[in-house]
Order: sequence, then C-alpha cells, then structure tokens
Amino acid sequence: MEHIRTTKVEQVKLLDRFSTSNKSLTGTLYLTATHLLFIDALQKETWILHHHIAAVEKLALTTSGCPLVIQCKNFRIVHFIVPRERDCHDIYNSLLQLSRQAKYEDLYAFSYNPKQNESERVQGWQLIDLAEEYRRMGVPNLNWQLSDANRDYKICETYPRDLYVPRIVSKPIIVGSSKFRSKGRFPVLSYYHQDKEAAICRCSQPLSGFSARCLEDEHMLQAISKANPSNRYMYVMDTRPKLNAMANRAAGKGYENEDNYSNIRFQFVGIENIHVMRSSLQKLLEVNGTKGLSMSDFFSGLESSGWLRHIKAVLDAAIFLAKAIVVESASVLVHCSDGWDRTSQVCSLGALLLDSYYRTIKGFMVLIEKDWISFGHKFSDRCGHLDGDPKEVSPVFTQFLECVWHLTEQFPQAFEYNEAFLLQIHEHVHSCQFGNFLGNCQKEREDLKLKEKTYSLWPFLLDDQEKYLNPFYSPNSQKFTVLEPNTVPFNFKFWRNMYHQFDRTMHPRQSVLKLIMNMNDQNKHLEKEIKELESKIKHQKNRQSDTILTKESLRSVHPDSPALKPSLCFKKEQILLPVNDAIRTIEGSNTADNRYSEYAEEFSKTEPAVVNLEYGVARMTC
Amino acid sequence: MEFSELIRTGRAEALLLPGPGQSPVRGTLCITSHHLLLSAGHGSPSDLWLLLRNVDAVEKRAAGNSGTITLKCKDLNVLQLEIEGLEETLDIAGSIEALSSLESVTTSYPFFYRPQSLKLGDAEDLHPPDHFYQQVALETNGWRLSTVNRDFYVCASYPTALVVPRGIGDEVLARSARFRQGGRFPVLCYYHSINGTVMLRSSQPLQGANRRRCAEDEELLKAALAQGGGRGLVLDTRSAQAVKQARITGGGTEAKAAYPGWKRLHRPLERGRPLQDSFVRLVEACTDPSLSMDRWLSRLDGCRWLTHVKEALTTACLAAQGMDREGVCILVHGAEGTDATLLVTSLTQLILDPKCRTLRGFQSLLEREWIQAGHPFQQRCAHSAYAQGRPKHEAPIFLLFLDCVWQLSRQFPLSLEFGEGMLLALFEHAYASPFGTFLCNSEKERYLCEVKTKTHSLWSSLNQSKERKRLCNPIYSPNPLALWPSVEPQSLQLWAGLFLRWTRPPEPAQEAWEQLWKIVTEKEVADPL
Repeated sequence: MEHIRTTKVEQVKLLDRFSTSNKSLTGTLYLTATHLLFIDALQKETWILHHHIAAVEKLALTTSGCPLVIQCKNFRIVHFIVPRERDCHDIYNSLLQLSRQAKYEDLYAFSYNPKQNESERVQGWQLIDLAEEYRRMGVPNLNWQLSDANRDYKICETYPRDLYVPRIVSKPIIVGSSKFRSKGRFPVLSYYHQDKEAAICRCSQPLSGFSARCLEDEHMLQAISKANPSNRYMYVMDTRPKLNAMANRAAGKGYENEDNYSNIRFQFVGIENIHVMRSSLQKLLEVNGTKGLSMSDFFSGLESSGWLRHIKAVLDAAIFLAKAIVVESASVLVHCSDGWDRTSQVCSLGALLLDSYYRTIKGFMVLIEKDWISFGHKFSDRCGHLDGDPKEVSPVFTQFLECVWHLTEQFPQAFEYNEAFLLQIHEHVHSCQFGNFLGNCQKEREDLKLKEKTYSLWPFLLDDQEKYLNPFYSPNSQKFTVLEPNTVPFNFKFWRNMYHQFDRTMHPRQSVLKLIMNMNDQNKHLEKEIKELESKIKHQKNRQSDTILTKESLRSVHPDSPALKPSLCFKKEQILLPVNDAIRTIEGSNTADNRYSEYAEEFSKTEPAVVNLEYGVARMTC
Repeated sequence: MEFSELIRTGRAEALLLPGPGQSPVRGTLCITSHHLLLSAGHGSPSDLWLLLRNVDAVEKRAAGNSGTITLKCKDLNVLQLEIEGLEETLDIAGSIEALSSLESVTTSYPFFYRPQSLKLGDAEDLHPPDHFYQQVALETNGWRLSTVNRDFYVCASYPTALVVPRGIGDEVLARSARFRQGGRFPVLCYYHSINGTVMLRSSQPLQGANRRRCAEDEELLKAALAQGGGRGLVLDTRSAQAVKQARITGGGTEAKAAYPGWKRLHRPLERGRPLQDSFVRLVEACTDPSLSMDRWLSRLDGCRWLTHVKEALTTACLAAQGMDREGVCILVHGAEGTDATLLVTSLTQLILDPKCRTLRGFQSLLEREWIQAGHPFQQRCAHSAYAQGRPKHEAPIFLLFLDCVWQLSRQFPLSLEFGEGMLLALFEHAYASPFGTFLCNSEKERYLCEVKTKTHSLWSSLNQSKERKRLCNPIYSPNPLALWPSVEPQSLQLWAGLFLRWTRPPEPAQEAWEQLWKIVTEKEVADPL
C-alpha cells in the first residue's frame, strides 16, 4: 500500500480507443492494492489488474487534462484523461511500482484468497498428476523407465524431478549426455505413442561446436531409437532456422552431426527466436491499434509483421512431427537452443495432433502442465511477471494458444473446449493470481513453496467448465483421432477475439456459441425441472393434496438460473460469456458504437463536397 | 435445332480427375445441347451433370493419343477431364466452347427445363409488382403507384409500376425521365415506417457542361422531400472528380441551388472493369495454394476486394444511419443507377428493415431491388472470374452485394432467416441457372422474351420444403432492431465458403453445420416439455 498516494480521482475521461473524434466516457478512477478500477457514469466497471499492465505512459498535457495510456498483457489498451496533472502523476507512479514487482512474494497469488479451506487447496494442486499422465500413455514399460537421476535437481535444474528415459540407459550415460547439452537438458521422453511405440523426446542443443563429440550423448540417441521396436531410425528436429543453428556453433553449441550419430535423420524447421517473435507481435499490435485503419493498411501490416507466417511455421513443425510418428512410426527428438520455447511449442502441439485426450478440457491442462510448466518454459521471464529484463519477454505461449485456436477453427468438432477457455488461460498466465505459472521451473516453484502459499488455477477452471464447453464437440468421431490440419496460407486468419478481446465494437453482435450454450443450459434445466416435478407429483400423490402442488410448480417455473452462480476466480470484468444475459441483446445496436457518424465527419475533412449530417453545414464545390 | 451443328463429337470415354477430397470418375462423356454428362454407368452417385452455361473458360492440352480439357466454371469450380482420342478432345472442347457462349436468350436452358415438381408460372403471384406499394400504402398516404412506364416507353430499364409522390402527375414523371440517364427518374424504393423517412433511387441527372436544369425533376424531388420530413441527402456513389468528368459527357449531379433541402455526399464505390479485375485477382490468389504467407496476404491486399466490401457496407450504414437516426431522406444514384446504386439501396434495407431478413422477404428484396429495378444481370454475369479476353460489361456487383450480406450474417448470426447456402445458391444461379429468374437485363427484355411464362422461377424452386435445410439458418430468431455491423478491417473476413469452396478439402465446417441443425431440432423437440 505504500505505493498508493491517491486512491480516487473524479472526472476522469476514458477515451474510445478507435474513435477518430475522441469520444469518451466520464467517470471515477479508483486505485486499490490489486486493481485499477474505472466506474463510468452508467456504473459500468472496468477492472484492470496491476499485474496485467505491460506499460504505462504519461503523454503531454492537453487542455482537457493529462493523458494516461495503459497497455495490458491481455491486449487491453485504455486511454484516460485525468483532469489534474498532479493526480495523473501520482497514479502513474503508483502503477509503475505496482505493475513491476521485484519479488515473487509481492505478487497477487500470495495474497489472493478465494475462501477455500486448506484441504480443498491441497486437493486443487493434486488435480493434475503427471505420473498418472505417463501411466496413461503406457510408461513405464518394457522400453521406457522412470529415472531418479534428477531427483535432487543435480543434473538439470530446469527439468522436473521425474524423468522418463529409455530402459537401457544407465546413469553415467545420462550424466555424460547432460554435460554435452546446453543447460544440462539431456534427451528425455515427452510423449509416448502406444500404438506406434514411437516417442517424442525433447532436449536442448548439443555443445558440439565445430567438431566436439560426446559418446554418451550418441549412446543416448541410439538408446531412444532402440526403444522403438518398429523403426530403426529416428528424427532429430532442430526447430531453429539453419542459419541460427550454425551461428551457435561458433559459441561452442550447435546441432547434431549426422555422421556421429547412427540412424538419425536430421531436420531443420525454421521457427524464429523469441526476439523476432516479440517484435513481430509488437508490429501487429501497432498496426491494429491505428485509428481509422484501412483494409489495405490492415493487410500490409499483417504481412509485414510476419505474425501469421510464424504461426504457420510452428504448426508446420508440429505436423512434421506428428507425421513422422503416424506415418513412419519413427521416434522424434525435438530441440531448439535451450529447449524450453520452440521445443515446448512443437512437442505440445505435436501431441495435441496425435492424441485426442489433449483436446479435452482436463487433457489440455495436463498438456500445459507437462510440456510447458514441468519442462521449464520460463513463464515468469517470458510474461514479465517481475520487473526484469524486457528482452526475456516473448509471446511464445500466446503463439501456442493461437496455434490451438487455428486448429479449433479448422476442426470445429474435435475439441471439447472453446475459444473462451484459451482466452481465460491466457488471462491467467499473466494475472499472477494463481501459482501455476509463477517462476521459471519446477525447482524455483518448490523453493517458493507455491503449493503451500498459493492456489492452483485448474480446479477453478474445471468448476466453471460449462462456460468452456464446445457445443459442437463430437468425441466419438473416428475422423478426429489424428488431426491433419491444412496449412496453406488461406487457412490462417487474424485472431480478433484475442488481440481485440476488449474492443467489443469489433466483435460479432450475436454469438452462435452463446445461443447454443444457452439452449443446452435450458434443456438441462428443463430436464431437471421435469424430474423435480415428477418426484413432487409422486410425493403429493402420497399426501393427496393438490393445493400445494400448484403453488410449488408455479414457483419453480422461474427458478434462479444455474449459470448465474458467481465464480470466485472471475474478476468482475471477465464475463467473457455472460450466458444468462438475454441472448438476443444486440451489442452495437447503437450507431454511436460503430463510429459511422465519424465517417461523415472524417470525410468532411478530406473531401470538400461533403455534407455533415450532424450540424447541417454543407460545403459544396460545384 | 441449331445445337446439333455445334456438337461435333457427342460422346467419348473420359476420366474426371479428382478435386480435393474427391475420387476420380471414369466413364462415358456425353455432350447435349445444354449439358455435359459424365456417367460411370448404373446411375452412380458420382455422375457429373454440368450445365454448359456454367463453363467460363475451356483449356485443352494434347498428349499423344489423348487430351486433357480443363473446364473453369462460373461457380469457380475447376474440372479436369482426360479424354481418349486426340480428335475427340479437340471436338469436345470446341463443342463446349460454342455451346457455353450462346448469346440467344430464348434458346437457353431455362426455356427447356421442365422439372416435374414445379408448374410453369407458379411464381407469378410470389412477388407481384404492386406488393411493395401496398405495403407503403398501409403506412402513408403520400405515395401513389404510377403506371407511366406501362409500355416501357418512359424508361426501358424500369418495371411497369413505380411508386412516386402522390401529388406528382405522370407527365411530370415523363419530363423528369428525360432529364435522367436512361429515363431512370427518382422513385421510392424504401419507406422507413419508424420515422417516415424515405429512400429514393434514380440515375444521374443530365446536367451537362452548361448545367442544365429541369423544373419537373426539381418538383419531383421537392415533393418527395415534403413527404419524407424536409431534409434530404443525395448519396452519389461516385467521387466529386468522377462527377466532373461525367458532366463533360452530359451527365452530372444535383446542383445545390436547384434542389433546396437536399445536400450531397460523395461515396465513391468501385464498379465496372476495376471491380471485375478485383474479382479476377482475388480468385487467382485463392486458387494458388503454392503461395507463401506473405505473398498470400499481399495479394489479398492487392486485389482490394475486401476494401470494396468495406466501402459498400460503410456507405449503406451511412445511408441507414441518416434515415434511422437523423431523419434524413436519401436519394442514391451513380451514373446509370443500375449497379452501385442498387447495392446501396438493397443493403440499407437489409440493415433497417427486419422484413427483408426473412427467406421470403429477402427474395422479395432481390426481386424488387435487383431484378425489377433493372440490374443488367445478363451483361454483368456473362462471365465469371476465369474467362479470357477483355470483359465487356461484366462486373461482379451482385456478388459484392452477396458478400456484404454474408458479412452481416457473420456479425448477426441469429438475425437472418437464410444461411450461407442461400447466398451460394444465388451466386450460382446469377451466373448460370436452369431457371429464368436472372435472365435478361430488364423487365422489358424479360417481357419480350416471355421469360415469366416460358421458364420456371428460381423462387418456386428455392421455396420447396426439401431445400430448407440447405438454405435456412437453423438459429434464426426475428430481430426487430436495425443491424449495425462493424466495418473495421478486423471485423471483415474473406468469404471462404465461396472463394475457397473448391480449393479446400471438404470442410469439417459443413459437418459442424449439420450438427448445429441437429442441436436445434433436438431443442425444438425438447422445448414443448
């Protein structure tokens, strides 16, 4: 609280971000320990979690006040005008402090209290059990075993304790191989395909330089291919562009030399690094934030940002991986530089294509826990949870979610979850409200005692899973066992609901999803009611009294909606799918929301022979 | 019959190469006067029945003793046939070329098509010309039905019955018509019953370089304004520069001084050659799966199709906003008043009027604002995106309209009674159809060719109950409000269902659609409980 000097400012204006005539709402701004809250004259609330703030900017003073622009990690951008510069300065300074914490212990998760008791909290953390997940895949088995080599994080700090390796690999091989791999991240199992007996393995780049070899590492790879009885050779996928990989050789790192490893097929797939991805997204957001954007600027911006090209590259790599396993029954070893960004993307997406379990709500949580959280994707660094190096921040996980979204668009029946689920996960990866995504690896999380001090996100999402169900999901369809997406460029589109999720005027005015969920809801409700009524009838018949029956049934015709039960993990502004609000209410049924009137104004500036409807002033040239 | 002379070889053995997600068909190919048939025998379901009118371009390639014919269709499908025998290949290609480009209307297929389920002339009462007037007359007494054009003498491209201000006599109309290109004097096309504002359409006034005026034309627009609230806006679908150009060749626009109460707004919309080029370039990009992401995006940008969609929608929204929110009467015209004008007036009605959003209401809108209003379908849809050679009068303005409607349906998925299937069907039938509905360029031509008595109507076919599932929107729920779409670039999408229909493997989206029907019909069963 020591950072907060002003808690309330009145007469603040919230500008419409895309309005060309500076349309605004006036209201009051409140600053709390965790949120910035704006309540406009119509009592509509806008909540912004401090941890969601990516950047705060104070612009030059104007006649109407001091502009304050806040950019959030969930792509919300708000533009306030604070009447007095002093207030603006106070809020600005407070937000700077509050949005950039220096210590993990100051993050929201450590103070967040959803009123659960201790045993519920502990159970919540036990919801996802990775040992159980490996058993589901069929490991340990004849060829793969659990290794205790990393039990104390001695071999690799950024790996989990429990690692699965080929049964024939001994501890010295593991130790040797880990010494030859960047950050000690030696090849381990990520996914095992039971039918094909093939495996997805992951690691970091070898420290091969120009000529170095490591017999243990060569043994390790051989053991992986031997662990697959159906195919002798294995693929080694380097997910980097070849040029980057070659440059790494000069630094004593690099990639596998095919001559030194028996039976490997080496392949580059060319996904760019975190810095390229960061600036690509930045460019995309810049273009899309332009007021009065033309179609042409939108497309050329989309093209020059390269964003969709990168998304396609990631998906193509995952498809290559899935094909190697399904078509050739070959095991695949995936790595990039450190093996925690591109490798996580490709391994998890590959598994998602192969295994329909990951397309269920629970399965998707497991997938994220396994390939992202446990294998040490550096969530805190990549999301900038703490005040740190901005060069470490990169939208790697956002890209993964976008790839999944593209798959849900191509296969509308193959996923149990819907877009809202992906958006909600994205929200909480950055919110620091739950412990799951804090820290950069399992060891760090254990040191922070997150399981004792914070809550897990997953049980809250499961409680709310009604909101995240895809009504088109057909789990029994044989067609969707292995997904074979088509990645010709015209299958890719801009993900408006992610990058403009708070710019409601850009969204469709009615939602099919909402309607169907509402229908399903009603149906369930009606069925429940029938049952209740039936049992009541039985009951009443026994008592031979009809007066009560009429009363009771009348009351149950308009019961409380089941969907209205407020959920604790949702902050107020996050009603992504307000299931119960009248489904046919039409957002944007007001022309003012659509800024057509501004077109008239705008054209009156650029073209002289234009009538301005509002003021009845016409300037004619002819 | 002249057809037999054009068919040089009627029969050959052929193989239809598979499109994405299809299997090849081998069988006997047969050319009739209006169709190409490929049958594997025994009435197999994969038989190909292609209306020759649907063929936009024929490409032939010979290799040894056989040849390949590529048929590029107006519905954007591309078919490849391998034919045995070199001579047969050339003959068949020649026959298709000749038969697919016959100009005569009365020998076209609709004059021969006699489906058993339909009766000739059963659509006559479906959209009677005075139906619109009767609707207006229920609301206001200020307008009358004029038959000044009963013999198509005053205006060749207008229908016989037109709605005009009550106080204006036929002789004034006839004089105003002489001051308008093609005789298209201002007529009522939409009455906004909420506030009594009106929408009129016309062609450009023949102002010319010396700024001629026409008292009767001024009187007509003054009377219209008096009925509609006193404030008017002329929405010219050309730029101010284009109007200047037009004045040199005798055209022009309404001078402010001559029409008190009317203001003017220029909203340039693309038409003619540039629009056709835009369509051709978009289809080129959509049929080239080898493009890189960057090339694809830059070609999507370069063809400017979605820019045209955005401009058309914005203009219609502006007109609708003027009427609904600002109480202004709107007169829309460009030059001829048969293309961009109709695009704007029909879209505006769809935005404002819930009646236009039902299956019947939409048909009636099309009948009134496109067919009877004299959009020259035969000229504009003579060729689609594949035809070689210089286009003469082709322009996909109707397709642009359908695309805008599709964009509306994406943003208001519950508010239109018809679905994407309806829009696709309209696109196909506008370019090649066994029905007479889209034949000819005007009511006059249709009258001369006796289209209404000698061909079947598309509407009666579409209104059969078996078509419901294909055409209707299962989640339609009537929406009394105006539909204000977002016209931001981020909100508009490429119409994949049309432009990528044949380049993508059969879509899982289709199955999702089926499932949507299932969910909704199950709900209907469950509802009475």
